[in-house]
Amino acid sequence: MNVAADLELCQGHQMCQFEAPSVFGLDSEEDKVIVLDTNPGEDLREQVQRAVKYCPAMALSLED
Amino acid sequence: MTEVSTSSATGEGVEGIREVSRRFPESEHGHLEDLRDDPIDLLHRVRDECGDIGRFRLADRDVVLVTGAGTNEAFFRAPDDILDQAAAYPFMTPIFGTGVVFDTSPEQRSEGLKNQALKGEMMRGHASTIENEINRMVADWGDEGEIDLLDFFAELTIYTTSACLIGKPFREELDSRFADYYHELERGTDALAYVDPYMKGVESFEIRDAARVKLVELVQGIIDKRHARGTVAREDRDLLDVLISIKAEDGSDHFSAHIITGMFISMMFAGHHTSSGTAAWTLIELLRHPEVMAEIVAELDDLYADGPEGRVEVSFQALRSIPNLEAALKETLRLHPPLILLLRVAQEEFEIGGHLLPAGTMVGSSPRVSNRIAEDFPDPDAFDPGRYLDPNQADLQNRWTWIPFGAGKHRCVGNAFAMMQLKAIFSVLLRDYTFEMTQPSETYRDDTSKMVIQLARPATVRYRRRTP
Repeated sequence: MNVAADLELCQGHQMCQFEAPSVFGLDSEEDKVIVLDTNPGEDLREQVQRAVKYCPAMALSLED
Repeated sequence: MTEVSTSSATGEGVEGIREVSRRFPESEHGHLEDLRDDPIDLLHRVRDECGDIGRFRLADRDVVLVTGAGTNEAFFRAPDDILDQAAAYPFMTPIFGTGVVFDTSPEQRSEGLKNQALKGEMMRGHASTIENEINRMVADWGDEGEIDLLDFFAELTIYTTSACLIGKPFREELDSRFADYYHELERGTDALAYVDPYMKGVESFEIRDAARVKLVELVQGIIDKRHARGTVAREDRDLLDVLISIKAEDGSDHFSAHIITGMFISMMFAGHHTSSGTAAWTLIELLRHPEVMAEIVAELDDLYADGPEGRVEVSFQALRSIPNLEAALKETLRLHPPLILLLRVAQEEFEIGGHLLPAGTMVGSSPRVSNRIAEDFPDPDAFDPGRYLDPNQADLQNRWTWIPFGAGKHRCVGNAFAMMQLKAIFSVLLRDYTFEMTQPSETYRDDTSKMVIQLARPATVRYRRRTP
């Protein structure tokens, strides 16, 4: 699966790091998300789905 | 930006955009009376008559209204220096007070979130604060009784927003008077403000200004008490203590009660009538759809059942997944978005939907209309929380038309806070009480005569404590 973040929309809430800490990090300079792993393994699917669903800025997407 | 758009634009500026019909053709202020009389009808009519991009007149200005996904995306992605919010809401200036908000640059405003109380890491504390406030509100309910939905949720959300955003010591100084005056401010948002926010002889403006004076008096009283008390330990300070600790050169307070009150009003504004109205409409929709109510009550009973390690705290669970309740909240927000019209003012020439708009044009997007586009939300007027359950996810599938929180750069920064708060409210209410309507279902409705929409009275329900 492919994970992408729209940096124009990210508001730096950091919810995704709470849901999937190995996939999402923070660029503290810009206060925006960094996708640490754009191609995470299947075992992380549920975590990533939750991160996408609960992103307050609707800035994340997941494609198979 | 303009060079590129000039070549792609096909319409002849604003005149090339169809203007919606008028129900009050004799009005000297364009569609102002349409907006004041029935804004929902006006906004839907724009899409019905004009399509994805239409136009109405507000006092001496054109308002270009966009609705479908494509034009909404262009609207919500536009940067602040192109489409600015500040000048779009003249009815807010007398409420916040002059010299308070919107005097800051867009950069300063976005900087605000970095230090702010709405970050993910702060949510845990907020969740337990909110649970505590709900428990206090129902503490004197007894086994059964009746509540006015507007009074109840407006007062509750005054306490939750003030406790979470300003601090608990400040919240402890508040009682229902603060909520009443705050409500009078919200009622002072007549669209007549587009002609003149200080127009003489408008009763709601007079009530608004008197209410603001009374709020400043309450805050001044709290400030006086703080000065008399003297400083307290750092961990017991709230935002008010911080603000009054800042001194001018002559040793007096740098911020007056007028300015501090304005700051507090503005901090609480976005989270107050919005959350209050959504809580009320959620309860109404659940009472209208007993099968959905039953599913959610079962879901909550299951989550909050006594386990081997005791009962899960509401403040813990409200931050986690409660799928059926979340779906019902989203569907309530889709049908009853608290803000029905989001506005900006073009700071320079701006191209949208194939039309080039001159600087100064107002541009709007309507959550109320976009949320009910039938192509995106089949059977759009039906309350169907199933739209959001996996794998449907109607909100994520329609990011530019499912817009109760707006979208793009300015998507409501408080939306995670709001969802958590609503989950906490219904966790407590539905765990401990059952509800029933006290009036015919169709008589629960909104009063849309002001820009801030509120539940029309009467809107009461009966509660009964659940017996185990």
